[in-house]
Amino acid sequence: MAKRDRLSGNEAVAVAMRQINPDVVAAFPITPSTEVPQYFASFVSDGQVDTEFVPVESEHSAMSACIGAQAAGGRTMTATSANGLALMWEMLYIAASSRLPITLAAVNRALSGPINIHNDHSDTMGARDSGWIQIYGESNQEAYDNFIQAVRIGEHPDVMLPVMDCFDGFITSHAVENIELMDDADVKAFVGEYDPEYYLNNASHPVAVGPLDLPPHYFEHKRQQAQAMMNAKKVILEVADEFYKLTGRKYGLFEEYKMDDAEIAMVVLNSTAGTAKYVVDELRANGVKAGLIKVRVFRPFPVDEICEALKNVKAVAVMDKADSFNAAGGPLFTEVTSALYKNAGTVNVINYIYGLGGRDVKTDELKSVYTKLEEIAKTGKVDSVYNYLGVRE
Amino acid sequence: MSKKLSVPGVDVSWKDITPGGIVEAGTCREFKTGDWRSVKPVWKQDACKQCLLCFPVCPDSSIPINKDGKREDFDYDYCKGCGVCANVCPFHAIDMVDED
Repeated sequence: MAKRDRLSGNEAVAVAMRQINPDVVAAFPITPSTEVPQYFASFVSDGQVDTEFVPVESEHSAMSACIGAQAAGGRTMTATSANGLALMWEMLYIAASSRLPITLAAVNRALSGPINIHNDHSDTMGARDSGWIQIYGESNQEAYDNFIQAVRIGEHPDVMLPVMDCFDGFITSHAVENIELMDDADVKAFVGEYDPEYYLNNASHPVAVGPLDLPPHYFEHKRQQAQAMMNAKKVILEVADEFYKLTGRKYGLFEEYKMDDAEIAMVVLNSTAGTAKYVVDELRANGVKAGLIKVRVFRPFPVDEICEALKNVKAVAVMDKADSFNAAGGPLFTEVTSALYKNAGTVNVINYIYGLGGRDVKTDELKSVYTKLEEIAKTGKVDSVYNYLGVRE
Repeated sequence: MSKKLSVPGVDVSWKDITPGGIVEAGTCREFKTGDWRSVKPVWKQDACKQCLLCFPVCPDSSIPINKDGKREDFDYDYCKGCGVCANVCPFHAIDMVDED
């Protein structure tokens, strides 16, 4: 039986890990993700899981240990944030290219510097081309649900890629909300056993993982890796469908909120969607046809689906909680505008960089974005594409 | 049982290449690297006391040990002529000579 509980996002993910009962967890503490391995370590001490917990000396070692354990044939997990993720950088690429489906709880925090422990998306956005699947969630419930689904997605034979379960530091990781937990046995049955075709601890078929790959073969391996990411989209939807049948909670590549007849829309990631939905409801009560798209799957990016979802909208604001420093727009903006290329010229798109370093995002501010969109929809004119929201001028 | 991985040929497509760069263990046997050598070790069997200090230092397993636990002559298919074995030999039973 599913159980109603009240947990923080970190606690919820640690519970998911307990229910999955992985072979190895290797982690190093960093705010705001520290509680994930902390709670999990207590499950290990209390004998509630069979996991080998490896308290490593850095995040580089954490990811290295995960790679070694997953290559050996174990189901492996970790958690990190910000500079911890940055220290994993070179190993993130090796995990992905070696096709090791490690699961990582990426608790979003601003990447130093200046040093800051609060939420934005500069950490995982920096890892967007590392070859990891990236799934973003709005609440503790979504962080929990996405973590369980991540295991199935990554380990699918057509995919075999590592997965990041991204959710907002403090806002989601530390705020305690109600949550519906799955039954332990249901999670166990849902994730099943990790059964890789090739692994190091297979004495009857010894293989080498991660050997030198020179010009005659490296390119073919990267092409194969790209295919895995293309295949992931279908697998993500299949897993979501199975999860829906089990829990009644529906997931897709992104969530459309009041988009059916929307004339203006915002595209966001993670917890800001909750605030933005409140604003959409207010606007709708006043007859404004506002909508919202909350991107769940950022890697692979749902190019065709986003293009389709925005085709009848007159003006769109893409909200980035990370800057790209390309002097043109944030990472989500770049992806969305690329996706819209097929319908180029029919929809006006603007970008806002907002909430950096944990700056509060208020309903009035998001309302001002919709007001700007109404103006653009009416006049058809865009005076500024690349904008900042909530910074002192 | 997982299927045996083939050694990727130069014309293998991305669809058929080994997953994630995994290869069968022991593939270095396929690549004879002895021609990298510019100097070669010569084993002087008469001077050799079979102390076996040489074989564990060989970086490329080019000093075979037989079933009686004795070393045999160099495996020149893989020896790159680094000279570590000659250096550790207490009995000067290995000479390093220029390759012709």
